[in-house]
Amino acid sequence: MAHFDENAKPFSNQWLNERLAIDTVKRVLSTEYWIPKNINFLWAMGMILAATFGLLIVSGIFLLMYYKPDVNLAFDSVNHTIMGEVGFGWLWRHIHGVAASVVFLIIYIHMLTGIYYSSYKRGRELIWISGMLLFVTFSAEAFSGYMLPWGQMSYWAGMVITNLFEGGSLHLTGLVEWIRGDYVPGDAYLVRFFMLHVFLLPLVIIGLIVFHFASLRLPHVNNQEGEEIDFEEAAKLYKEGKKKESKVIPFSPVFLSKDIFVMGAYFVLFFFLVFYNFDFAMDPVNFDPADGLKTPPHIYPEWYFLWSYEILRPFPKDPGLIAFLIAQVIFFLLPFIDRSPNVAPAHKRGLFVIWFWVLVVDMIALTVLGKLPPQGIYTDLGKVAAAIFLLMWPILFIITKLEKKL
Amino acid sequence: MREFKILAVVVFFTLLVYYGVEPFAHSKMHAHVEGHDFVYDGTADIEEANTRVEKTKEALEKAKEHLAEVQKIEDAPQEDIVKAQEAIKKQEDALVKAEETVKHKRLFWGNVASIAQLDANVSNGEMSFATCMACHNGAGINMGGVVPPNLDHAGSLYDKNYLIALLKDPAMASNVDHKYANTMMHPMGSVMAMVTSDQQIADIVEYIMENKVGELEPKAVFEEACVRCHAVRYAKITQLGDTPEFKEEKDALAYKIKVLDEQALVKAYMGKLPPDLSMMIRARSPHYMETFVENPQTQLPGTSMPRVGLTKENYEKVKTYLEEVGDPSKPARAAIGPWVILFFVVFTILAYLWKKSQWKDLH
Repeated sequence: MAHFDENAKPFSNQWLNERLAIDTVKRVLSTEYWIPKNINFLWAMGMILAATFGLLIVSGIFLLMYYKPDVNLAFDSVNHTIMGEVGFGWLWRHIHGVAASVVFLIIYIHMLTGIYYSSYKRGRELIWISGMLLFVTFSAEAFSGYMLPWGQMSYWAGMVITNLFEGGSLHLTGLVEWIRGDYVPGDAYLVRFFMLHVFLLPLVIIGLIVFHFASLRLPHVNNQEGEEIDFEEAAKLYKEGKKKESKVIPFSPVFLSKDIFVMGAYFVLFFFLVFYNFDFAMDPVNFDPADGLKTPPHIYPEWYFLWSYEILRPFPKDPGLIAFLIAQVIFFLLPFIDRSPNVAPAHKRGLFVIWFWVLVVDMIALTVLGKLPPQGIYTDLGKVAAAIFLLMWPILFIITKLEKKL
Repeated sequence: MREFKILAVVVFFTLLVYYGVEPFAHSKMHAHVEGHDFVYDGTADIEEANTRVEKTKEALEKAKEHLAEVQKIEDAPQEDIVKAQEAIKKQEDALVKAEETVKHKRLFWGNVASIAQLDANVSNGEMSFATCMACHNGAGINMGGVVPPNLDHAGSLYDKNYLIALLKDPAMASNVDHKYANTMMHPMGSVMAMVTSDQQIADIVEYIMENKVGELEPKAVFEEACVRCHAVRYAKITQLGDTPEFKEEKDALAYKIKVLDEQALVKAYMGKLPPDLSMMIRARSPHYMETFVENPQTQLPGTSMPRVGLTKENYEKVKTYLEEVGDPSKPARAAIGPWVILFFVVFTILAYLWKKSQWKDLH
């Protein structure tokens, strides 16, 4: 039984310490949570993601107060009630729409940073895997959210994506109908995606974020050189005041001060997009109400799904689906495909740096091709780019196997 | 320095993706349509007709190649050869027709241009205008598919050349002649029997240009030009105009039935009910809207939407109104945007100073 001081004033520091150990919590999670000093602004992407997710939650709550999940009311509740009648409803919607798109840009930067600096290896495998789980859940969250305004693109993207569950030649039409709750996207479909978007998936995301942070605490954040730091030793130096000699800084306030500066710069860009350049995140096609009898001339997903869409599209049905499935899971396996003993930035890892930039360029090529109409040269280029993507993984296994220890 | 290099790399690839999926991809998805600055002299129509001739020629070449291929095959079944020959015949007929259309359009618009040069007599025009009042009487009764528009401001709203063309041949003027085997079948086609001389057309148009004028608000321009066919539910506008307020539900329902009846007539005439325009301003790009209103065939070949002949100034008013309804936050965005951005610029500067003070004795 712990000791409780009868005379401690309620809610005083001592009183709280006896009950919640707040000093210990503060020490462990912030003032003595040590971060390497040798980092650049890319290390702020995690906090930027957290902040953007916060914005999505807050704007989402405001939108939820007026949104109506009903095929007859959804479009007008968004485009008329929220965009026109509710004070600043348009602002919350633009923030929500732009944040949903930009959050993927930051996720991709965050992922590629992790790959470049080998931050998925040697003790950091679970950080990578939990991050990938977050990516997948965010994708589901984005897709389900895209259904809600019930515009033309909501409807037809929903039709195309749920059709994938037919499994090509397996013809699992029963599964597709079970997912939709109907033969085609309709009211049952809209309401269940509404539930997923505002309740189940955010809950899962919050859980995964906690897991992602927890998986980071023991192996610590990586640094620009991939150097293995003796954190206890470095922390001792820092606490002794030898800040120059120490290789670490505390999370709060030193690391945080840099994060907040980067975040500020990010918000300048973010709100520029919210006010002046939002069409990329709020496709004009989706301002036409859903119409099951009128297929739009071009159906395409949001930009962040285009690379995997283009791995599906240029091939015949079954091989395309298999390639698509591989693309969805292959990044999870990255820590195990990479056989190199080194944790180091790509430019110190020989062939790996070439592999990395080919991956970046190939994924960008797939992204652009995914939006272009599937005609003539674009289909051929798409096939090549998709084949390169699939070949990248056995190649990674071989080149990292050959990589010499630094 | 390293941070700036990294930033440059990130910015470069981000902009590359943006360029690829936005301006570049969209330029490949939608064929570019050249506008004609709301000048209605038939240039666009003749261009269109010429393109059709070119396309038919190509199809004819293909049909001929196909026949040659079929004939090369030994023991080709007779019916295949007949089919290929029929295809050629079909394209040849289409080509004759397409070439006739070009000639016809050239003649028609040349004629319109010469009518525009005639010395017009306004008082004769006023007398002839009485004929128009038989239908354009403001009674709100559907005739042949739509309620004939009110002409009280026609002189301000519509282009002079367009009005001349409209009296000469309504289907040709509104570029929907492809819908009719005989353009007399157009709901306003009877005007071709009633106003027969070029001089009479010049007189009526001059009368309209001088007397049927007035400065109109954007909403009024929109209602006169578009509302015959299009509803705007966010502004409670239907094909019958502004929806009145009703105290009794019974009256509201009775009115709704009248709207449904009118929509059924418009639908029967147009082939489908023309779309509600509430959100159209955000669903289409400004360039699309402009070229589409100027000449619907350019963006939607074969559409039954007629060209309405608005002047550029009045198109701008239509756009203003559609923005008021479909994008009401535009002024608020412009007003608040700079302040929010300024806030974050100041925030960033302060955050940078804080960061500097925290990191000053670390290196």
